[in-house]
Amino acid sequence: MNQLVAYFRNNIRQNGMVMALVLIMVLFQLLTGGILFRPMNVNNLVLQNAYVLILATGMLLVIITGRIDLSVGSVVAFVGAVSAVMMVDWGISVGVTIVAALVIGAAVGAFHGYLIAFLKIPMFITTLGGMLIWRGLTMVILKGQTKAPFDRSFQAIAAGYLPGREIRIGNFNTIALIFGLALSVVFVILVLNARRNKIRYGFEVIPRWIEALRILFIVFAINLLTFSLADYNGIPIVLILLLGLVSFYTFITDRTIFGRHVYALGGNAKAAKLSGVKTERVLFLVYLNNGVMAALAGLVVAGRLNAATPKAGVNFELDAIASCFIGGASATGGVGTVIGAIVGGLVMGVLNNGMSILGVSVDWQQTIKGIVLLLAVFFDVMTKNREATH
Amino acid sequence: MANVILDMRGITKEFSGVKALDDVHLTVEDDEIHALVGENGAGKSTLMNILSGVYPYGTYEGMILLEGAECSFRGIKDSERHGIVIIHQELALVPDLSIAENIFLGNEQAVTGIIDWNKTIHRAGELLNKVGLDENPSTLIGNIGVGKQQLVEIAKALSKEVKLLILDEPTAALNDEESDKLLDLLVGLKERGVTSILISHKLNEVEKIADHITVIRDGQFVETLSRGKDDFHEDRVIRSMVGREITDRWPQREHEVGKEIFRVEDWTVYHPQYEHRKVVDNVGFTISRGEVVGFAGLMGAGRTEIAMSLFGRSYGQNHSGRIYIDGEEVPLRSVDEAIEHGVAYVSEDRKTYGLFLIQDIKNNISLANLKRLSANGVINPNEEIIQADDYRHRLSVRCRGLGQTVQTLSGGNQQKVVLGKWLMAEPNVLLLDEPTRGIDVGAKYEIYTIINKLASEGKGVLMISSEMPELLGMCDRIYVVNGGQIAGVLAREDASQESVMKIIMTHQKTLVKG
Repeated sequence: MNQLVAYFRNNIRQNGMVMALVLIMVLFQLLTGGILFRPMNVNNLVLQNAYVLILATGMLLVIITGRIDLSVGSVVAFVGAVSAVMMVDWGISVGVTIVAALVIGAAVGAFHGYLIAFLKIPMFITTLGGMLIWRGLTMVILKGQTKAPFDRSFQAIAAGYLPGREIRIGNFNTIALIFGLALSVVFVILVLNARRNKIRYGFEVIPRWIEALRILFIVFAINLLTFSLADYNGIPIVLILLLGLVSFYTFITDRTIFGRHVYALGGNAKAAKLSGVKTERVLFLVYLNNGVMAALAGLVVAGRLNAATPKAGVNFELDAIASCFIGGASATGGVGTVIGAIVGGLVMGVLNNGMSILGVSVDWQQTIKGIVLLLAVFFDVMTKNREATH
Repeated sequence: MANVILDMRGITKEFSGVKALDDVHLTVEDDEIHALVGENGAGKSTLMNILSGVYPYGTYEGMILLEGAECSFRGIKDSERHGIVIIHQELALVPDLSIAENIFLGNEQAVTGIIDWNKTIHRAGELLNKVGLDENPSTLIGNIGVGKQQLVEIAKALSKEVKLLILDEPTAALNDEESDKLLDLLVGLKERGVTSILISHKLNEVEKIADHITVIRDGQFVETLSRGKDDFHEDRVIRSMVGREITDRWPQREHEVGKEIFRVEDWTVYHPQYEHRKVVDNVGFTISRGEVVGFAGLMGAGRTEIAMSLFGRSYGQNHSGRIYIDGEEVPLRSVDEAIEHGVAYVSEDRKTYGLFLIQDIKNNISLANLKRLSANGVINPNEEIIQADDYRHRLSVRCRGLGQTVQTLSGGNQQKVVLGKWLMAEPNVLLLDEPTRGIDVGAKYEIYTIINKLASEGKGVLMISSEMPELLGMCDRIYVVNGGQIAGVLAREDASQESVMKIIMTHQKTLVKG
């Protein structure tokens, strides 16, 4: 038991976020009389929040460098609008449109990155300008109107499911069940491998039974999710996209030189420069990447609405930024994890969803989300202060 | 004897157990210019900070008598009310405000919070007249030179009805003409009843205008010289400043100097903002394998600028000159290239330029070496831990583990982490800028041992230090840097504090003439 307490104390920031999420989920499960975890609602949670999670992942890198990007909501709308014009007006194929949309996102991100990193224009002004420019151009392109509908295959990105819905065990979608099990197995293998490596190199590892509990908890969470989804329509395609992105960016931030340079830039730009980090280039690439992620989110949003609208993506940048901060990223840079941002995004998502089910009005929803953001950051600052004085 | 305006008695000040000042006294008479001299780190600034309330009453021992009354200043505002004004080396002026606004900053000419601009401009004009500065009070501070800014600072002090003016190295950034003007002004103020305490390294200036000279050394009072009674000659003052026995504070080392490894020729660099200001002027020097070479000089001599500009042009602009490593000319255009060619630079300011305080020891040590620890841009985490741990042990960093964040380490251990980062890069040439600044004596000895070990491994070490005894104890050769130039070079046998000071003073004169 002492070991368990020590484990939680040593990882209070990571575990704190997860515990907060679990707490909020349980709270709303009770308050909504069990509606929160109904299969259809779990499915909705995934589909509703996919875009925020994608944006939060990209925004996280920006925030680690100690900056923010206010333009992503407008880029979401802009990319949606361009895609709509390409497909609906010009009849260009879905595949080509998707590639073009991502290239446009990269170009937009590169534009912001170039101004910020190389021309040293303050990031706040640059991305505020971007926010206005891309929103404005969206309205120009759409002439203030909504453009729809899209091809089914385009909608599938945001609202489609893995095929094989008719294969069922009892009431459950077999593919989803297998997917959950496969994911669990991959996860267990990865964890055990990492543990074995650590032991082989003679490093400290957490006690075996705590590791076992941790694995059990996560495997349970994975299968709870896939079971619910199996009970409904199966695995949403956007969930696979999300899992891919989270794995990829976790790898980038944890294991690559580029990732380490991003943290170094945010931690101390001058020292990073004197250690051979090409700080301008890193900053440029981070903004470029964020443009691509915004474009991806733009495609998902357009696909889910089955329309491009001038008002798409309003305030999305704020949701993404809030997710990162709730997830433990530091406003001064140098700190933050992809998983943290995802957990932060889920906290916001569950709050939104739960309060909507309860019929809490939008104004109160905003207020409560704001309070949660402040509480999360307050908790973070307190633990950090305590660590510093230790 | 004239009236005594200020009497500081038995001043002792400790910083976390280290005595920066030990029973120092300072007696200043009415209407005089009193010079305070001593080496870098002797405690001059600390003493003045106590006088001006930066270190408030209660944080030091001893007493301050101003015109016979004991003072217990709680802050700068408090001492200013008593007529004591300090002008720091780094001027406290806001570049985007006008001269008049700066003069009355914090002391605005206002009625019930509303500024009376006519009065402000008018009074500013009067004050500028007093200090002999012919500028429009509405001119922005950023648009006038450093010399004139210095005069504005004095005008600001006069606006507060100053009795005792403290000037910390006022002429350090001024050219000869500006310096003369400033010194004349001080003499003029003296005649009008303003007493000055002048901290300066320029002993020729001190010789010219001071009535008394107080020398402090290693935080202790040495003597006070009086004009007309004592010899004010530079040599006499220098001897008093440095006259200290050098004890055995340095680990022994075999001096086996090998082939030349690093050579710099005609290295010239301009200021990063002011493209016409030469900061490094035609510098040339060499380092051989197994050699520890020192850079001595006063603060602001350009030593850091030389080292940083050589390290991948990390300082300044319009670099010109040649750098050779092992006899081969190399272009060190970026930090990356410098690291690749086996050059490392450890900054004098480890918190700003060396460390990632919120990150752990491992990440700090590995950052400059990630290429070696990775394949195709992917880091091998196990290899990283093993290597970082190796350097942690080699440098005996005292910590709970590799995962401890660097901000929680002591200064000495932080410095070892920075050194660890650069040793891991396996450099052949190390440029160490104040490697022992702000760390305790024990940790200093450990750093010296590491430096000696590096030299004995055949690496070339350049050591910049403001502590003369440290250079004399560690170095095979010492280059004396002054005004961005190499003023001279001394072999180990010829080097002494006096000879270094002598070179600086002689060179200072050639600079003035040139």
